Amino acid sequence: MTLSADLRARAEALGQTLPPLLAEAEHLAATVALGEHGRRRAGMGDDFWQYRAARPGDPFRAIDWRRSARSDQAFVQEREWQAAQQVVFWVDPAQSMNFSGDRNRPSKADRARVLALALAVLLLRGGELVGLAGKAAPRAGRGQMLHLIEAMALDLAQTQADYGAPEPGGFVSHGRAVFVSDFLGDMAGVETALSAAAGLGVKGVLLQILDPAEEEFPFDGRTVFVSMGGSVSHETQRAGDLRTRYLARLAERKARLADLAQAAGWHYLAHHTGSAAQSALLWAYRALEGGH
Amino acid sequence: MLGFASPLLLLALVAVPVLWFLLRAIPPAPIRRRFPGVALLLGLMDEDREADRTPWWLLALRMLAISAAIVAFAGPVLNPRPVAVGKAPLLIVLDGGWADAYDWQRRIAKATSLLDGAERTGRPVAVIQLADTPQPVDFKAAGDMRGKLATMAPRAWLPDDLTQWVPSLPKAPYDTDWITDGLSDGGRSDLVTQMVKAGAVTLYASDRPIYALDPAVQADGKLSVTARRYPAGPATSLNLAARGPDPSGTDRQLALAPLAFEDGAASAKAEFDLPPELRNRVTRFAIEGQRGAGAVSLAGDALKRRKVALVSDAADGEGLQLLSPLHYLRQALTPSADLIEGGVMDVVPAKPDVIVLADVAQIPQAESDALVDWVKKGGLLLRFAGPHLAAADTGRLADDPLMPVILRQGGVTTGGAMSWGAPKTLAPFPDTSPFHGLAIPSDLRVKTQVLAEPGPDLSDRTLAALDDGTPLVTRKVIGLGQVVLFHVTANAEWSDLPLSGLFVQMLERLAISASAGAGSVEGLTGLVWTPEHVLDGWGDLSDPGSLAGVPGDDLARALKSGPGPKAPPGLYRNDGRVVAVNAVPEGFALTKADWPADLKPQDLTLPAETALKGPVLSFALILLLLDILATLALSGRLRFRGASAALVALTLLAQPHPAQADAAADQRAIAATDGVVLAYVITGDPRVDEISAAGLQGLSDQLANRTAVEPLAPMGVDVAKDELAFFPFLYWPVTADAQVPSAETFAKLNRYLRTGGLILFDTRDADVALAGPTPEGQALQRIASGLDIPPLEPVPPDHVLTRSFYLLQAFPGRFSEGGLWVEAAPPDAAKAEGMPFRNLNDGVTPVVIGGNDWASAWAVDANGAPMFPVGRGAAGDNQREYAYRFGINLIMHVLTGNYKSDQVHVPALLERLGQ
Repeated sequence: MTLSADLRARAEALGQTLPPLLAEAEHLAATVALGEHGRRRAGMGDDFWQYRAARPGDPFRAIDWRRSARSDQAFVQEREWQAAQQVVFWVDPAQSMNFSGDRNRPSKADRARVLALALAVLLLRGGELVGLAGKAAPRAGRGQMLHLIEAMALDLAQTQADYGAPEPGGFVSHGRAVFVSDFLGDMAGVETALSAAAGLGVKGVLLQILDPAEEEFPFDGRTVFVSMGGSVSHETQRAGDLRTRYLARLAERKARLADLAQAAGWHYLAHHTGSAAQSALLWAYRALEGGH
Repeated sequence: MLGFASPLLLLALVAVPVLWFLLRAIPPAPIRRRFPGVALLLGLMDEDREADRTPWWLLALRMLAISAAIVAFAGPVLNPRPVAVGKAPLLIVLDGGWADAYDWQRRIAKATSLLDGAERTGRPVAVIQLADTPQPVDFKAAGDMRGKLATMAPRAWLPDDLTQWVPSLPKAPYDTDWITDGLSDGGRSDLVTQMVKAGAVTLYASDRPIYALDPAVQADGKLSVTARRYPAGPATSLNLAARGPDPSGTDRQLALAPLAFEDGAASAKAEFDLPPELRNRVTRFAIEGQRGAGAVSLAGDALKRRKVALVSDAADGEGLQLLSPLHYLRQALTPSADLIEGGVMDVVPAKPDVIVLADVAQIPQAESDALVDWVKKGGLLLRFAGPHLAAADTGRLADDPLMPVILRQGGVTTGGAMSWGAPKTLAPFPDTSPFHGLAIPSDLRVKTQVLAEPGPDLSDRTLAALDDGTPLVTRKVIGLGQVVLFHVTANAEWSDLPLSGLFVQMLERLAISASAGAGSVEGLTGLVWTPEHVLDGWGDLSDPGSLAGVPGDDLARALKSGPGPKAPPGLYRNDGRVVAVNAVPEGFALTKADWPADLKPQDLTLPAETALKGPVLSFALILLLLDILATLALSGRLRFRGASAALVALTLLAQPHPAQADAAADQRAIAATDGVVLAYVITGDPRVDEISAAGLQGLSDQLANRTAVEPLAPMGVDVAKDELAFFPFLYWPVTADAQVPSAETFAKLNRYLRTGGLILFDTRDADVALAGPTPEGQALQRIASGLDIPPLEPVPPDHVLTRSFYLLQAFPGRFSEGGLWVEAAPPDAAKAEGMPFRNLNDGVTPVVIGGNDWASAWAVDANGAPMFPVGRGAAGDNQREYAYRFGINLIMHVLTGNYKSDQVHVPALLERLGQ
């Protein structure tokens, strides 16, 4: 991947803001008490699981000679199955995510990244492989966090669009995926991505981050509404009159997302920046866990 | 009436309808709002398309605001002064009599505004006062007349014969503005005719009633005073005050009687029922709250009832009553005097004005001494001759103090059966005699009399003589009193004199009796009357100065038909008798002046020219603010609902709650008593009040810097409403238009003064302040007249004010010329031994009066820098320093009283300590 110098500078500037986010994400992750993680059956893995009598067909290499020497039978050492998940994140880098309805509230982008990174921390701790769709291939280990952050910064710097759409590529077959976005843009991208994911057998989570202002539409009077990037605008004489229709449209959008998620076997949650992040994190983690 | 300074600007109002269309086409600007949810809004149409037009009420609001701004910049003026149009010279005529005094300021203000108008158009002006003696009228530049107008004062009489003015009038053409009192004067129509011929005549008259007091009348032991008014208006209730010296000699209000005019009544009567001691003190009556000589009635002798003691030797005589030596005296004196009869030792303690000894020859030594003492203190001893006196040895000796002349042994009888000559009659009275001018009845005969020994001073002592030159009445002055001897009996035994009217007149002239009609022509003619006090146009008594004596004939005319420049109203004295000439002669009727039909007096009220630019502009601004609020509300920017609640709360706050008012009074009381607080009287003139506050602040600062007194912030005091007891010191700047406080306020102020408060009156005019002719001085007189102020004197060099903190001998403020008056020291104050000041131990002066504008010298601004320049350079700084020193001394005097005066006791204290 080649980057222009300008882009790299912007990416680095944006990256400056991410370590604090990482710290916040780790702090958030620490609040989630993890349950058992092992698969509790024999399989590929590093940890000892059980001895069993060797059966015909077992390779000689598999025989545990130390155990076999203590008896007349040959034993094979089995290990716990530790197949690692591959989780691909897509955090919407579009400008619409930079909105905050109140100066005391974090922007949607901040909340989205915190949640994604915290989830990544939890997953990495569980030994899963975590990557960023189209930007960073899934890998395990603590070091992956830095790669994720770098990739996110790069993604942000590269994106000018008002509304984002998930990258259809980058899915790992039968892996997991996490889409974090406000899903206010065109639904076509989401549908494509979901159908592609369903084709690959990927399960995942749709996490919709919304600002309370977007939920309540507390505007009135003559107003020109402009998207964050300025590409879309709409003028009205009485914003108050639009409220009910806007809210209806929003509800429709949410229902659509829920339907799509259900059809693809995904999980969908709408999270507000006005509420605490823990509940969303826990929900997402459980959703990924229970995806089996 | 509404006028505009630049009416052409109003043409801009034409553009307002254009604005209607412009504003209507442009809706309020939208808000730009970043909002990601816009993606969901796309395609949503507004339900109400009308909303993109400005609502009509907002349009109306804006149009109103803009119209108001246009009107404001056109300079609206309420009651604009009319600009005089004529070009001819302007003659401003003031009646200028006492009837003008009550609203003199308004008349002068009117004349000044006329003068201003003439000055603007460059017309020459002349100002005349009809009550003056006529002088030729010259037109001068309006500016030159300004000074004359400012110094004019109402006269104490009314214009008398206006025909005299006709020859003095200038040549036509000229216009006339006549500010009239509305009363009829002689010859007015002649003058008006002349003026109408010369040009336009405009009349101005006041609608306020004119009050006039008739001379007081004594009847049935009561004093009654009739007041008249013109025009007779609705029912009015006034008070009539009787004023005169109190026992200490200070002029005071002695009694007060209501004067109730009924609705439509032109006159009302007030009655006083006073004990003789009080009644004899009354010098004048004045309607309270009315200015002008007409509202004052001087009393003179007319009201006095003298106490006359009759002592007769023949008290136990059994003769016929008609032969009693006292019978005729009793008859002559009863109507006008209080009579006491008895022995000498009985009557002297009653302190009579006159003791009559009718044919008493032998006076025991004790009685004689008592009589001499009494005479020396001002008594009049009137003696009559008679058989006893003629026979006795009394008066044969030169040193008898109770006899004016030395008498020859025995009497002389003329015209009797056994005598040579015919009975004598009286010679005309010489002009040195108090009887000068009295007509002598032709049938008067003197048959017998006692004779005086010739002596060097006999002719000086002779008041009346027979036609052959023998003295009939003689007089000797002893101390303050006199002894008068009639050389005949007091009955008809020796002469016809007691039977004649001349006898009564002679008694009257000797001030033994004062008849109710003191102003009879006979009582006045032939004498020159010295003015003792003169009434000025305001109704105040003043010193006559160099006014010459007035012949009795002029005085009689003044009494009959009203005073004039020759005989101004006042009190005139001749030899013990005092005649009062009032501004309003007896029986004077206030009649309406007849003007030609086409001349209608205009109202004098000068509606203040009020520039409305400020208020109208403010109104436009308020409308624009409302417009902002409305626009915000319309465009959804006024989101918080608190805004309207705050507006409502603000309007509610503007109306103080009564409970809050009480709480405020409590707060104020606490603030005033938390420490020493200097206070000033709120005059209502914002500038003066601001200076007072700043001045006391400056003084407080200096006190805190230099002394142990650390006053809190000064407070303003409304003398009518606020409690005064909290403040040890009140600074009272007197403004020219100061309102006279009400009776309750006066009572409150007097209580304040009696209980130790001190008021510093400051007329701020550098005048000596007392009796000054400045408007402030007159205002001070009005205020002080109701206050219980002791006799005053200029600060003596040893007054405690000169050393209560700093040693001072001058008390400058912003001016340094004016004097300073304080309570007079008791006359018997003696110089303390070994000390440079007198032994004055008691009392803090309740008032300090001056005109040096101290507050301005003390005043500091918020930064503590002086607000006003004082003097020039270093001398000015020095003067300011001395002003502060005076202030500090004054506050020290207020707070420590006569403490520094106690230094007189230092030697005694030291001596005691030494022992």
